[in-house]
Amino acid sequence: MSSTSSVENSPQVLLEVRALTKKFGDFAANQSIDLVLEAGKTHALLGENGAGKSTLVKMIYGALQPTAGSIIWQGQELKIDNPATARELGIGMVFQHFSLFEALTVAENISLALPPQLRTHDLEERIATLSKDYGLPLNPHALVADLSVGERQRIEIVRCLLQEPRLLIMDEPTAVLTPQEADALFATLNRLTQEGCAVLYISHRLEEVKQLCHDATILRHGEVVAQLDPQEETASTLAQHMVGSSVHEVRRHDSHEAGEVLLQLLNLKQASDTPFGVDLIDINLQVRSGEIVAIAGVAGNGQGELFAAISGEQTNKDFDAVIIQDVSCGQLGINGRRQLDTAFVPEERNGHGAVGDFSLTENILLSRHAVTDGDVPVHKGWAGINQAELSRINSHVAQTYDVRSASVDAEAGSLSGGNLQKFVVGRELDRQPKVLVINQPTWGVDAGAAALIRQALIDLSRQGSAILVISQDLDEIFELADRIAVISRGQLSEAHAASEMTREEIGLLMSGAHEKPTNTASEGGH
Amino acid sequence: MQLILEKRAQASRLMHFASPLLAITLTVLLGGVVFAAMGQPPLTALYIYFIDPLTNLWSIEEVLVKAAPLVLIGVGLSVTFRANVWNIGAEGQLTAGAILGAIIPIFFAEWQSPLAFVAMLALGMLGGALLAAIPAFLKIRFGVNEILTSLMLVYIAQLLLDWLVRGPWKDPHGYNFPKSVAFDGWHLIPMFGDGRVHLGLIIALVTALILYWVMHRTIKGFEVRVIGNAPRAGAFAGFSQTKMVWFCFLLSGGLAGLAGIIEVAGPIGQLQPNISPNYGFTAIIVAFLGRLNPIGVIFAGLLLAISYIGGEGVQIELGISDKTAQVFQGMLLFFILMCDTLIHYRVRLLKAKGGAQ
Repeated sequence: MSSTSSVENSPQVLLEVRALTKKFGDFAANQSIDLVLEAGKTHALLGENGAGKSTLVKMIYGALQPTAGSIIWQGQELKIDNPATARELGIGMVFQHFSLFEALTVAENISLALPPQLRTHDLEERIATLSKDYGLPLNPHALVADLSVGERQRIEIVRCLLQEPRLLIMDEPTAVLTPQEADALFATLNRLTQEGCAVLYISHRLEEVKQLCHDATILRHGEVVAQLDPQEETASTLAQHMVGSSVHEVRRHDSHEAGEVLLQLLNLKQASDTPFGVDLIDINLQVRSGEIVAIAGVAGNGQGELFAAISGEQTNKDFDAVIIQDVSCGQLGINGRRQLDTAFVPEERNGHGAVGDFSLTENILLSRHAVTDGDVPVHKGWAGINQAELSRINSHVAQTYDVRSASVDAEAGSLSGGNLQKFVVGRELDRQPKVLVINQPTWGVDAGAAALIRQALIDLSRQGSAILVISQDLDEIFELADRIAVISRGQLSEAHAASEMTREEIGLLMSGAHEKPTNTASEGGH
Repeated sequence: MQLILEKRAQASRLMHFASPLLAITLTVLLGGVVFAAMGQPPLTALYIYFIDPLTNLWSIEEVLVKAAPLVLIGVGLSVTFRANVWNIGAEGQLTAGAILGAIIPIFFAEWQSPLAFVAMLALGMLGGALLAAIPAFLKIRFGVNEILTSLMLVYIAQLLLDWLVRGPWKDPHGYNFPKSVAFDGWHLIPMFGDGRVHLGLIIALVTALILYWVMHRTIKGFEVRVIGNAPRAGAFAGFSQTKMVWFCFLLSGGLAGLAGIIEVAGPIGQLQPNISPNYGFTAIIVAFLGRLNPIGVIFAGLLLAISYIGGEGVQIELGISDKTAQVFQGMLLFFILMCDTLIHYRVRLLKAKGGAQ
């Protein structure tokens, strides 16, 4: 499959990887990978979750050591012992999972990762200016603990840009950005490539790969299956290379009637309990039986807070703030709300929706220990846990939602992102809840898993359940939603029929077009 | 050449169980070096320290007597540490339990019935739990670090005991020794045979078995493990962090208090300024050596009990200070924490080679 033999002499070749292999025990995460990156070009690295993309870039970045093969940087074979070496060479990387110190500020985190000569006293100013220039606004004094996933990613991007890299590796950078922000990022990347920088771009979003990238390498099961020009392909041919077969299209059954209101938010107000969190301001929303309502918005505009308020992880003094199936449950905890035939899926699957160190059956128990749904209870108080019932549910979820794991009852943390997400969603859908609230249903999930999850959500709604989806992915929102509302700085716009909304309108709402003037007056308080 | 720690893809199950054994081996090896440095024959000293206590009946009994409080406190701490709650003050809670439980033999000496003994045990647990409630409250209400508060309360409890036995609770017929009246009849713990092994050992073993079952078969144990492992997942499961802090402190404090009253109603038989050779602190080592698993704690408790008897042994036979026991316990904790690194990391030898330039 190596069709890159003639490029050695080309002066623009910045980095070449030859027959790179990485084994974990007997498992080959990467098998004989060849890759050539040229200065001034954006190279896409495509593949499903678990295809070996992260392993490959971690070796280039020095975070992992290859088992065999060589890395050639500007014509010189060398060994990249650690990320510091990579950074000295001029390789910058924005990880999918960020390694930031939550207790420190944005500026302190960036400062820690910079070589000493760049740790100047005007660093905070430079961060503010640079982040603004590139359309990635950041407050250098904000505590990382209080920032959303999207904002944390901006820190990583800005940190890399401060070092003026020759090669920038980006692991799914747009997953948490608005279309406008993504466009701004693309402009940034285009500017960087024009300045001679190379970009290695990992993404699931095939459209943006087509838009942005000059070359593409596709991995499957740790091997290169294709190296091609994305401009000459369609999104669906790219997807076929990735999954090895054609991707299942999500089916909408249109003509349907929304029924009675099952979930209602009535003037929901909630002050944030951390200084940099987002206050929820007078949120009103109705979700009816048989419909999917989606809430769009940029990361960090109160989505996490809204999810906590609806799920009952954060209770509200006002009984009527959250009404589920005609029961006022502002002061009811999450299990009380679950008993109203309601299910919840949080954004973060590892550490919030599931415990990585626990087995899958234990993770079934996590969200289902307080509900029986007319079935056999999964535990009987002090009489112990019903392991047989948990195993039954677990295999049912695995079968129905195609959860693939090394063993039936593997540790949740050993599953790939897509499979764990299918498990976390399937665990709740298996109950056939009347109301489902789901935050970022397919974040960082491969195309196959995303299609399966979205189809399952649509099927559930057509059986008469009310579904609220919180998402930052507009493609997903348009694929799923009957009605769309937009959240911005803790305020929610009115929900409109999806057929009447355009991306531009949503983009405007995301930047706060619906906010009441009272809020802009108090803006300084944020 | 360079030694590096490389993170494992998955936590090693083998190392989870091998780590304490490795730590014990390293402790024995370094212990031999320490003995040699003190001018003692290392093999003989190690034999006296670790093997001799198991070679005759009276010392085996003595090991069991010492293991009882260590196991009882250790199982409570193992649950607590699992939940990421750090009660370091079991020694103080032990003292508080001994003080409160002693009210019955000191002020109601004539109340002789099995009920009186049960009441003593209940008061002992109450005393430990009450003292443990202070750091729990401070942590929940004001966010005060429980490690500091629980530790500092140890000295308060010990000084309170000291004052009581030198002052108001001193035995009037005790020739002015700082001791309370000697406990009597039902105020003493039932013994087995004519030895020193007492009911406390059974209580400790049964408690360990119950807590093992609670931790691995009930929703309460699940709650402890979830909150300790992933607090946000705990909130998602609807478990309360605040209630968990209360549960852990009351449980571990209560068990430490129970161990305290059993010590004064058993081997000691009265209140005196010193009632424990740091059982409450040693139990921290017991909990970790036992892998925070109540069954593991039973074995770890026995091992640490041997270290006490072995310490006395080398003092008698070789004239080495009995503080040796503390040195060994310290080395053991150090090595176990060190070896636990290997659960998540592997050591690799990296050949140095021209790096970047």
